[in-house]
Amino acid sequence: MIAEYGHVALIIALCLSVAQAIVPMAGSFAGYRTWMRLGHSLALGQLVFVAISFACLTAAFLQDDFSLQYVANNSNTLLPTEFKISAVWGAHEGSLLLWALILAVWSAAVALFSGHLPLVLSSRVLSILGAISVGFGLFILLTSNPFARILPFSPTEGGDLNPLLQDFGLIVHPPMLYMGYVGFSVAFAFAVAALIGGQFDSAWARWARPWINSAWVFLTVGITLGSWWAYYELGWGGWWFWDPVENASLMPWLVGTALVHSISVTEKRGAFRSWTLLLAILAFSLSLLGTFLVRSGVLTSVHAFANDPERGIFILAFLGLVVGSSLLLFALRGPVVQRQQGDVEVVSYSGLSREMILLLNNVLLVSAMAMILIGTLYPLIADVLELGKISVGPPYFNFFFVPMTLGLMVAMGFAVFSRWKKTDALMLRQKGMVPFLISLGAALILPLFLAETISWESMSWEAYSITAAITLGASFWVVTMSIEDLWQKLDRGYSKRDSSKRGSSKRDSRLKNLTKLPGSYWGMQVAHIGIAVCALGVGLSSVYDVQKDVRMVPGDRVEVAGYEFTFDSLDFVQGPNFGASRGQISAYKNDRLVAVLYPEKRKYEARNQVMTEAALDAGLTRDLYVSLGEPLKGDAWAIRLHVKPFVRCIWLGGLMIGLGGLLSVMDKRYRRRRQSGAKLSAQSAAAEAVTQ
Amino acid sequence: MHPLRKQRLQLVILLVAAAALVVGLVVYMLRENGNFFYTPAQIVSGEAPKSTFLRAGGMVVDGSVVRSDDSLWVQFKITDGVEMLTIEHTGILPDLFAEGEAAIASGKVDENVVLQATQILAKHDEKYTPPEVADAMNEAYKQKEAAKSGSYK
Repeated sequence: MIAEYGHVALIIALCLSVAQAIVPMAGSFAGYRTWMRLGHSLALGQLVFVAISFACLTAAFLQDDFSLQYVANNSNTLLPTEFKISAVWGAHEGSLLLWALILAVWSAAVALFSGHLPLVLSSRVLSILGAISVGFGLFILLTSNPFARILPFSPTEGGDLNPLLQDFGLIVHPPMLYMGYVGFSVAFAFAVAALIGGQFDSAWARWARPWINSAWVFLTVGITLGSWWAYYELGWGGWWFWDPVENASLMPWLVGTALVHSISVTEKRGAFRSWTLLLAILAFSLSLLGTFLVRSGVLTSVHAFANDPERGIFILAFLGLVVGSSLLLFALRGPVVQRQQGDVEVVSYSGLSREMILLLNNVLLVSAMAMILIGTLYPLIADVLELGKISVGPPYFNFFFVPMTLGLMVAMGFAVFSRWKKTDALMLRQKGMVPFLISLGAALILPLFLAETISWESMSWEAYSITAAITLGASFWVVTMSIEDLWQKLDRGYSKRDSSKRGSSKRDSRLKNLTKLPGSYWGMQVAHIGIAVCALGVGLSSVYDVQKDVRMVPGDRVEVAGYEFTFDSLDFVQGPNFGASRGQISAYKNDRLVAVLYPEKRKYEARNQVMTEAALDAGLTRDLYVSLGEPLKGDAWAIRLHVKPFVRCIWLGGLMIGLGGLLSVMDKRYRRRRQSGAKLSAQSAAAEAVTQ
Repeated sequence: MHPLRKQRLQLVILLVAAAALVVGLVVYMLRENGNFFYTPAQIVSGEAPKSTFLRAGGMVVDGSVVRSDDSLWVQFKITDGVEMLTIEHTGILPDLFAEGEAAIASGKVDENVVLQATQILAKHDEKYTPPEVADAMNEAYKQKEAAKSGSYK
């Protein structure tokens, strides 16, 4: 019965979302305040019913109710409980239910925390969110119902969850990623509401900004977790494959990053208005495109998609509707938003200014997204046009992405120092001098120490890596520029006003200034340094990575990049739903034991699937990574031994970027404005009354 | 020309030039790095180019896997039902690689029509067959049937 309750709850949620889509919007045009207010309670009601539905599916998993098709395909009585819960979103139907749940969470959050917004605005935002959830509710109920039963002959045992997904990474990665994907729907709803109302100013940008930043934080953390999961769970030590599924998450992130910067210009300077709106529409459209690519089966084969087109056609139609109607609205209303009445000053900025550098940032990020989009869709288009079956390899993506990232990092160093309106080129040159020299020094000297093969006695330049030099130079540039700016802010205070009331001693004033720096400033600094750390990890780990595939029998000793690996023994161990061959491999450095690693080769019973479980010894400066390949003749095994310097920095940097975003979301400015927001909303209500 | 217009014209020319450059680069890189998929029959008949990076797929022929005793060198044959293609690889084979199962190899074809593979991919799980391989097998099956019915006439 539980499954039926879940099904009914989902249908009720759909009905509520239909009402949420129509009533507040109609009310906002007719001027009925009660209708507009209804959106808030409908959003909360929808969350309750989607949550009930989700809980019912979880209960079905916990009770091993194999009469449900979805449970039978993705669970098993032997599956550990935590994986039974994460199996709820382990496959198509359940992950869409998670999508719907997260959309309901965001809608409810908007309903709860939008008290300071003008009612017309918040009701329209909620109405658009309601329309999106109508789309997803219909999609789940019509094409991907997780509550479908297999009756009367239901299986007594389930097919088990895909072993790759039986992992901690899968418990946390999809919800995080979806929080990001779906979070952009709020940005989208704000943008569409702005276009409908024809009003989009600084106050507006300030309301939307925390929502956009928090969605971006979730997406950042989600992608980082996904990369980390691929690294240790796929078993072969790669952390990014330029796989279409990964690209599908990176594209909204790149546009989201552009949006996070562009909206700051809109908030502070009132510029880039229609561009910000376009980015908000684009970010959500790319999230939907990602869902389409991953969920329609179009990636595995265009033909598989053509054979079972129901789901794909639905998402494609939904995507077309959302993108088409929002772009049409943008085309019609964008010009109205751009030249708005009541602007205090004409927005102008010169060739060298913070606006210009942020424009460069946006151009680079959006071009990077476009390159990835082309590379991801090209095989699909070629297949449809019968040009042959093509796969686009990593060199294509690296060729475009790496130089663009470096360009971004150079711009980033200048950006922290730049001023709004007009920046003195001479000032930038002076400020940049010391960081430039430090970075140049780091780029020239550090690669000498990092390459193991270089020693002072036998100097050889062969192992000197240009890639490492460039990476180090760019990363040091970003970090030193950031630190210099921070130091200057401590010396002189954050704003001009602070500098006039300088304290008695310099140290005192520095400390005082330290506490005065706003959260958004710290956020920018932490996120930018995070980019540098991440780039450092990417560059150094790909240059200095040493990998050996070897044949070993117990007792063998192999040297990899200064580490001695010995294959001690091989045992058989029994897990809850798998049996495994487990090797014991000890790693020594200079004859000192560094780590004992236990890589496994697992065989999952239910699916008869073999899986490599790598063992790793993690460290900030290097990871030791060992995985069992396959058994060879006799006692011998094919074994992959990896030494990966600085690979941790990739995810450390990713988390720092996320933390930076979080700090700027928590900036007091947004909370302080909440009180004065009441004043602002009164103003804009008055303005609306005038225009009507 | 009005200085403002001149400035705008310069900007437009610059943008067009930049766009052309970018489009050219994208097309070039896609060509360089797009790896085409070929069936064993296409490679054996010489239809596929030699010493260009490509992908080939089919079923691993039963009993064809030969391993070296002291290294990770391995040789096996794949088939699309029409022809057999020999593949050589040094390294670890994926978890789901097995005789009688589908596999995709990427690498270059040498003068002896042996694919020197740098990477071997097997299917993701026991139910899934790579679509390229499935298509190739279906195509080969159809051709065989057509040839058979042709010879009876």
